[in-house]
Amino acid sequence: MSTTDQTARDTQDTSEEVGGVPTGEDRVAIPGMSQEGETLQEGRNQAGEPEIRHTQHGDISGVPDSSRAGRFTSYDVADFPPLTSTLEDWRFTPLKRLRGLDDAALDGPAPAVSVTGGDAVEVTSVPRDDARIGSAGIPEDRVSANAWSSFREATVISIPRDAEVQEPLIVTFTGESDRPAAQHVVIDAGENSRALVVLRHVGTAVLSQNVEFSVSDGASLTVVSLQEWTDDSVHASSQQARLGKDATFKHVLVSLGGDLVRVTPSTRFTATGGDVAMYGLTFVDEGQHLESRLFVDHSVPRCKSRVNYKSALQGENAHGVWVGDVLIRAEAEGTDTYELNRNLILNDGPRMDSVPNLEIETGLIAGAGHASTTGQLDDEHLYYLMSRGIPEDQARRLVVRGFLFEIIQQVGVEALEEQLRASLEDELARTES
Amino acid sequence: MSTLEIKDLHASVILDDETTKPILKGVNLTINSGEVHAIMGPNGSGKSTLASTIAGHPKYQVDSGSVTLDGQDVLAMSVDERARAGLFLAMQYPVEIPGVTTSNFLRSAKTAVDGEAPSLRTWTKDVRAAMEKLKIDTDMLLRNVNEGFSGGEKKRHEILQLEILKPKIALLDETDSGLDVDALKIVSEGVNRALEQDNTGIMLITHYTRILRYIKPQFVHVFSDGRVVDQGGPELAEQLENEGYDRYVQAAAK
Repeated sequence: MSTTDQTARDTQDTSEEVGGVPTGEDRVAIPGMSQEGETLQEGRNQAGEPEIRHTQHGDISGVPDSSRAGRFTSYDVADFPPLTSTLEDWRFTPLKRLRGLDDAALDGPAPAVSVTGGDAVEVTSVPRDDARIGSAGIPEDRVSANAWSSFREATVISIPRDAEVQEPLIVTFTGESDRPAAQHVVIDAGENSRALVVLRHVGTAVLSQNVEFSVSDGASLTVVSLQEWTDDSVHASSQQARLGKDATFKHVLVSLGGDLVRVTPSTRFTATGGDVAMYGLTFVDEGQHLESRLFVDHSVPRCKSRVNYKSALQGENAHGVWVGDVLIRAEAEGTDTYELNRNLILNDGPRMDSVPNLEIETGLIAGAGHASTTGQLDDEHLYYLMSRGIPEDQARRLVVRGFLFEIIQQVGVEALEEQLRASLEDELARTES
Repeated sequence: MSTLEIKDLHASVILDDETTKPILKGVNLTINSGEVHAIMGPNGSGKSTLASTIAGHPKYQVDSGSVTLDGQDVLAMSVDERARAGLFLAMQYPVEIPGVTTSNFLRSAKTAVDGEAPSLRTWTKDVRAAMEKLKIDTDMLLRNVNEGFSGGEKKRHEILQLEILKPKIALLDETDSGLDVDALKIVSEGVNRALEQDNTGIMLITHYTRILRYIKPQFVHVFSDGRVVDQGGPELAEQLENEGYDRYVQAAAK
């Protein structure tokens, strides 16, 4: 049941009152709280202040929006209020460590783009007025809008219609500056095309980035976004996908390096038959803040989504954040969705915030579920391996690798999986030594 | 020639609230290389606890008594040391380990138990040959350990490990449960190969006599209320087949 449904009942009631205070069944002890939870919708404002409009200015009101449907969007950074930790969208992020991505002029040099592989794929640099820019989404937060307001040229990666791209396209973003910068990337997958694109982020950067994925009818696009920045880098990346009819989109997020990395992938469907799988792997070391906030917007009937994010955390002040918003709108009948977040805490010191949000506005769905677990290594796994003679430290490594490699196995291209495993091995070697 | 000697073993299970409950109440048992000992008994009599305690499962604590393998104190060893000393437990419920491929797992285990990596030249061939005999599809090597395996596949995978790791003494914890007749025969053949080729000593824990048609025990021990209450030769198993465990359960209740 959605929160909208809950409060419809609350707002109707004017029945039993004594001196303006509700009594009887609907009596609540705390203003704004009903027996079913907090009342966030229109009306019922105890202080006599203007009503909160959850459909338009959710973030701006300063009150956590009850529905992801109402998230404010704008291309213009000036339309967003300054960031504070009271905003739902930013409550876990250490704002001071954004290094000005939210309000500074993003005039630093954007990471250099280099491309290998991907036969038949066209990569061009285009001015702001290119028609493909803005095809997949509008900024949903101030940092993203700041980049949108600032970028000069966009990189457009175009996969021709009907193209079957055999070789993965590797796009490497190499940062060489710690001045705040903006970057815009569009990946346009033509009708019935098939391709795998890797976005590999290396070097040093303070970067706000917008990445758009336009997945046309019948197209199948796999994207691996790999964050391997240096320890002092800051990266906010809004990655928005828009799926056509019967389109398939697989998004694999791998965040390993950086001081603060905040990736916000979102997927929207425009026609039936869309299929999205979103995977995530983060390894959070001492002092790192790695945040993933995803959104799947089921707004049309008969689409499918699967989400599986995993993280391992180790060391003092290692902070991982996962927020998974899945919205099934009233019109999205026949939706099939499941989201899962699993986190492994390897020692004392890390903090993990995991928030699955599943909003369902119609009962006519094929399936919907979510699960989140955060815990330590499973003793039964260790026991099984050790009972075969494998020493404890090696067993622990096998289980941790196994836990994380499950996500890498989703990439489906052995050469690439090998590289990802190597990257993760580097990460593990650093923390194990 | 190896000997596993269990003397007056008392052990408790550690419950979720960290209290303990005594399960084993003085077990005495000696198993030599090449011998098959069937441990039979009603559900809840402590058979699996015996196997798990010997293997070193963290959920069980030893209260008193001793377990030695060729004179070495097994109870002083960690779980992995026990395996490297030559003990093997085929588990009743093998756990799934996401992300660890069976291939990687088998190689890691073999390397650990032998103290050196297996010969590159023969390893793959040997594993595949062992899998073929157990009628396991070699695709299993690429799958994660026990993940999505059927009940039968899990049990065959346990016996595959038995054949590859070649322990001195193997404890088989209800390996027959959940197997159909064909799978039971295949698994039993694997155990018999370990017996004949590697002279492994076998402790065969079972509730039913069915598996004893394929694996012939020299010794049958009846387990009830945490101890061995009767023992004999194969004829004891036949008697149990006909009479069940009732008289032992009643005796324990007195």
